[in-house]
Amino acid sequence: MRARTVSSPSPRRLLGLLAVALMLPLMAACGFNTIPTNEERAKAAWSEVLNQYQRRADLIPNLVETVKGYAAHEREVLEAVVEARAKATQTQISPELLQDEAAFRAFQENQAQLTGALSRLLAVVENYPDLKANQNFLALQAQLEGTENRIAVARRDYIEAVRVYNTSLRTLPSMIWARIWFTDNEPFQNFTVAEDKIEVPQVNFGND
Amino acid sequence: MNGGKEIGRNAAAFPSPLPRGEGARGADEGQRRLRPLILFLLLLFSFPVLAQQLPALTGRVVDNADLIDPAAEAALTQKLAAFEQKSSDQIVVATVPDLGGEAIEPYANRLFRHWGLGQAGEDNGVLLLVARDDRRMRIEVGYGLEGTLTDLHSKLIIENTMTPAFRAGDFAGGISAAVDDIVTVLEGNGEELEARERRNRQNQSVEDWIETTILIVWISLFAGAFLFAILTPIFGRRLGPSRYRWLGVTIDYGSAGGSDRSSRGGWSSGGSGWSSGGGGFSGGGGSSGGGGASGSW
Repeated sequence: MRARTVSSPSPRRLLGLLAVALMLPLMAACGFNTIPTNEERAKAAWSEVLNQYQRRADLIPNLVETVKGYAAHEREVLEAVVEARAKATQTQISPELLQDEAAFRAFQENQAQLTGALSRLLAVVENYPDLKANQNFLALQAQLEGTENRIAVARRDYIEAVRVYNTSLRTLPSMIWARIWFTDNEPFQNFTVAEDKIEVPQVNFGND
Repeated sequence: MNGGKEIGRNAAAFPSPLPRGEGARGADEGQRRLRPLILFLLLLFSFPVLAQQLPALTGRVVDNADLIDPAAEAALTQKLAAFEQKSSDQIVVATVPDLGGEAIEPYANRLFRHWGLGQAGEDNGVLLLVARDDRRMRIEVGYGLEGTLTDLHSKLIIENTMTPAFRAGDFAGGISAAVDDIVTVLEGNGEELEARERRNRQNQSVEDWIETTILIVWISLFAGAFLFAILTPIFGRRLGPSRYRWLGVTIDYGSAGGSDRSSRGGWSSGGSGWSSGGGGFSGGGGSSGGGGASGSW
């Protein structure tokens, strides 16, 4: 048996090979699958948002009935809530329409109006201590607070999922696939606070 | 949410791996060119550091605001551990000095998700958070328990159990009573609780099996090699002074050519790196969707 001499590759080459080997998974992952995966995740996050908004809408009839029992003559506020709810539940956005800006804005508008009507109702309730002590009302209020929080969490998750998806459409490795294959994919819409809704508190000293 | 700062390890502490056998000058120049590449690789694969405002999960009771005395903390930990054994639900109590200007709802949700309370997929975790200086508390409930421990339950526990006790200054008592209430509510739905425990218990036994198998394979490889080295001189055919051949393998034991005298004693008494998850407490990977209730005192 003769011993064979095996020449080991030079350290430079070794390190180069190592670099390529480590980068291979990165190159393979930022590939074809990124865009569909992110899109589906964003759609799932949107479904969760819709779910929570619907849950809020479901609480409202019970709330209106309870308040009516104590504060029946606060009719305008109650009717405003009922109307806002009807309008909000009419304009549903299925995940397919997430790319349509106008529809998304309309949806956001309606939900914001419902939020406004609800907060007015709850402000009015402050004047009725009996109502505030009512067990049913307390239960509803707890559920409403919980639902509002869940809506906030769902929106945050959606915003994050959309950020990831929109970014993958625009950043380099996956952008190539977007141009070649996923040409129909537009960035998804995201929640905004409309400029005119940001109310700067008006200080009025009454010096007219 | 994430700070996303990349921190590279200190390249100066990185020892040169290159052998000095190629001729000194050529090797030095090669090293100089290689250092940037090494540094680049290190930076590429260094891990991002989150903007850490969140406390670490040191146990079932994380008392960073020093509201609970050690005896009460031990009793509470035991209660929580026993409940997790019984139902696989993870209840964690956390107190923080302040929220850093954030509202308690997003903070609690962030903390819950960071710790991953509850079993993955089951999402049966509960976080009881008390912020001392902000005077607020919250019970954050995982997705899986929202049906049993509803927002109303949480609100009632906060209002009726925790707030009076906290106003009187009895934090440990209030927290302990609140935990009892939570356990009662969760136990109130007895069948659900048993079903959850059964589901998650099975996972545990599968993991134990895998762990045991790997341990056995590892030990037998190690012990097998060692035994082989010992038995060869006994059972093998002697080929010369300190040379034996057994089962097709020729082993040369001698100190010829300055070879490894240290090889015999070289194997470490391994097996120490195996944490079977029983010692420390960690979250099971669950998440929360913002359910629960908040209150203040």
